[in-house]
Amino acid sequence: MAGGVARFWREIPQRYNIIGNKCGSCERVFFPPREACPHCRRKSLGKMEDIKLSGKGEIITYTIIHVGPEAFKEQVPYPVAIIKLEEGPQITAQIVDCNIDEVKIGMKVENTFRRIQEDGYTGAIYYGYKFKPVKE
Amino acid sequence: MRDVVVIGVGLTKFGELWDKSFRRLIAEAGSKAILDANIGGKDIDAMYIGSMSSGRFVGQEHVGALVADASGFSHLHIPATRVEGACASGGLAIREGYLSIASGMNDIVVVGGVEKMNDVGGNFATETLATAADQEWEAFFGVTFPGLYAMIAKRHMHEYGTTKEQLAQVAVKNHANGALNPYAQYQREITLEQVLNATMVARPLGLLDCSPVTDGAASVVLCAAEKAKEFTDKPVKIIASGQGSDTLALHSRRDICTLDATVHAAKMAYKQANLTPSDIDLAEVHDCFTIAEICAIEDLGFVEKGQGGKAVENKITTLDGSLPVNTSGGLKSKGHPVGATGVAQLVEIAQQLRREAEKRQVKDARIGLAHNIGGSGATCTVHILEAM
Amino acid sequence: MRDIGIVSYGSYIPRYRIKAGVIASVWGKDGATISRGLGINEKSVPSIDQDTATISVEAARSALKRCTIDPQDIGAIYIGSESHPYAVKPTGTIVGEAIGATPDLMVADYEFACKAGTAGVQSCTALVKADMIKYGLAVGADTSQAAPGDALEFSASAGGAAFIIGRDNVVATINHTLSFTTDTPDFWRRAERKYPSHGGRFTGTPAYFKHIISCATNLMQKVDTKPEDYDYAIFHQPNGKFPVSVAKKLGFTYDQIKQGLIVPYIGNTYSGASLVGLASVLDVAKPGERVFLTSYGSGAGSDGFDITITDKITELARDNAPTVAQMVEDKEYIDYGTYAKLTDLLYWE
Repeated sequence: MAGGVARFWREIPQRYNIIGNKCGSCERVFFPPREACPHCRRKSLGKMEDIKLSGKGEIITYTIIHVGPEAFKEQVPYPVAIIKLEEGPQITAQIVDCNIDEVKIGMKVENTFRRIQEDGYTGAIYYGYKFKPVKE
Repeated sequence: MRDVVVIGVGLTKFGELWDKSFRRLIAEAGSKAILDANIGGKDIDAMYIGSMSSGRFVGQEHVGALVADASGFSHLHIPATRVEGACASGGLAIREGYLSIASGMNDIVVVGGVEKMNDVGGNFATETLATAADQEWEAFFGVTFPGLYAMIAKRHMHEYGTTKEQLAQVAVKNHANGALNPYAQYQREITLEQVLNATMVARPLGLLDCSPVTDGAASVVLCAAEKAKEFTDKPVKIIASGQGSDTLALHSRRDICTLDATVHAAKMAYKQANLTPSDIDLAEVHDCFTIAEICAIEDLGFVEKGQGGKAVENKITTLDGSLPVNTSGGLKSKGHPVGATGVAQLVEIAQQLRREAEKRQVKDARIGLAHNIGGSGATCTVHILEAM
Repeated sequence: MRDIGIVSYGSYIPRYRIKAGVIASVWGKDGATISRGLGINEKSVPSIDQDTATISVEAARSALKRCTIDPQDIGAIYIGSESHPYAVKPTGTIVGEAIGATPDLMVADYEFACKAGTAGVQSCTALVKADMIKYGLAVGADTSQAAPGDALEFSASAGGAAFIIGRDNVVATINHTLSFTTDTPDFWRRAERKYPSHGGRFTGTPAYFKHIISCATNLMQKVDTKPEDYDYAIFHQPNGKFPVSVAKKLGFTYDQIKQGLIVPYIGNTYSGASLVGLASVLDVAKPGERVFLTSYGSGAGSDGFDITITDKITELARDNAPTVAQMVEDKEYIDYGTYAKLTDLLYWE
């Protein structure tokens, strides 16, 4: 990943624990955290509060990547989805721990801690969230 | 605001142009446009160049000055500015040129768009295109650029029953048009079966649902309408210029299947031109992927939301349909040198309105629209042109 | 002084499995014979995005899901593994951040052959006893390596377990722990080598058996117990044969070790091996039951634990995280080609 370790390091709270933030004015939740609420704008300044999101949600749409970036080429074909989290924000993540044909719109998923990328065999390893189906 | 017209157009061949460098490409397109406009270097007040990622593709930034220099104008010290908005860089360059003339600051502006994509490997090219997506919150997690449009397609299928066959028909149509365009990267027709059976890239999009990696450049010369008669007797008027933006990441959009940046830019353009979508005779839309054309014809208001697939299936958008779309072959068949695309779209519309589109000529075309998208829809420009 | 012991626990086993017979067929061996000989039918394989850090995080998060402890009250983390993702750069800090325990705590990674995990349990127990911390988190986890074609390829697998040690709401009291330590080089991996080497049959009598038997005997002597005083016994399980055999030599029955014997289904998780067994016992244990555990690490020795399950086990939200048995069943089989890709056998530059 271009940019080196600092660029990854500063996002660790978001990548490891899905820390978003909430507008103190309208209560809307954002992920990744925003400087200001796009709805309340100046009213939200100084009132954006960090919150840990549950990491549970539902698949809104998905794809199966057959031609992946260099860092992901050993994983193809792999599913990627947009997930609507319980608290409202939508995020993009890989879906793991299931057959790729089981991935569906509306599927309930929860986050799991995985390696996302590494800077080759000698560089840093970057961890973060992926999602897996919720077991009934 | 002053009226602005196109007085010259120029295009290089699109494709894998191994013997042409970045600077040769843009100089060629620019020279053609300048000759076509019948102007000289001393007439040029400013240059605007659209280029998405010359830094990654050829390791060269500082493109504004480079293009002025490569065009032979270094001694004239013409203000030359590079404009970037991912795949909408070309459309943005047009708009900047348009605004600078409309404002009264400039009389004649050369707008160029260029991308030299084949000097890097396919993987690197794909990853460079993905820099148009949100690097931290999309690309980092393994989604590719085709993957983003595939997720739009999947949701569109889910909500509106759009089929993979309808997506494929976009590619078939655009290749049929591209077969008639001597500048197109792929001048050949393809069949529905070929599209449906193509290697999968990001489900549901296969290889033939995707626009290619292309080298190429395009240029137009813009002029204040009041001065155009000095240079040409076939000016094409830019009657509207719209632009919109949206969240960088697809997942943060109001609706996954609607490109609100398009809706906004189109609304702005229709208002300025005092037209409705039904007044448009032909359109060049941003079909980087087949689904993108379906979304575009919906979001530009040509058909109801969700009806784009059916419209394609019903052949409304073919060359002889009621609203021909992408008569040039579109990004799919003509090719998609990203920074050049938005400018090349204007070239096609101008040629159509000048009745110079030869085998692709849309009969009685009077008003044409060009729609250029950056990223998965975070930037959009819409220009409407009218024959004079 | 209140009892010290396990307050919560969690485990993690990757979903991929490869059958011993599939590996055997690649190397021209008979799978049935090998499975019978080793007592291993199949082993877990980490996916390409899993390593000791991710397994440790998942196990630790499961432990936290089962209790109501604020991660900020965890004062120490020890991650025992011989497959830390980095040679230099800790795993424990990754786990600390990922469970929300940072920054006011002490953390260290242990590498101490297959008993690095139980060494962490001992350290946490001591720190709690010394009142230096409220809770400590000890994890034993590995994505163990085996050279292609080596006997270890049939056993070296991936998994781990995490234990929160403290004084409040103890579900399993650690009555006593002691170690038996010598320098016995039966298995090693040199720095900068990808795969370990081993002493073949030397890993048996003078190594595994001597240390476990000595440690277990010393512990029972110290706490004045006999094998029949225990409801469950767990021994380090590099294969399915050694733990059964050592249990028999010490006077434990198969019924006592059955619940904690996981190696036949997932292979040898090294630093995780005896601790995944303990997690499996805690999945079903009832108040008053007594548990005996002896780990073993090559060239490291053995740690013995005498444990009593308390009434609090019924209050632990064991259903909030998957049991070892559930994870053993949740699996997807892969072929040798996929295994080779996932375990980096196909690496070239």
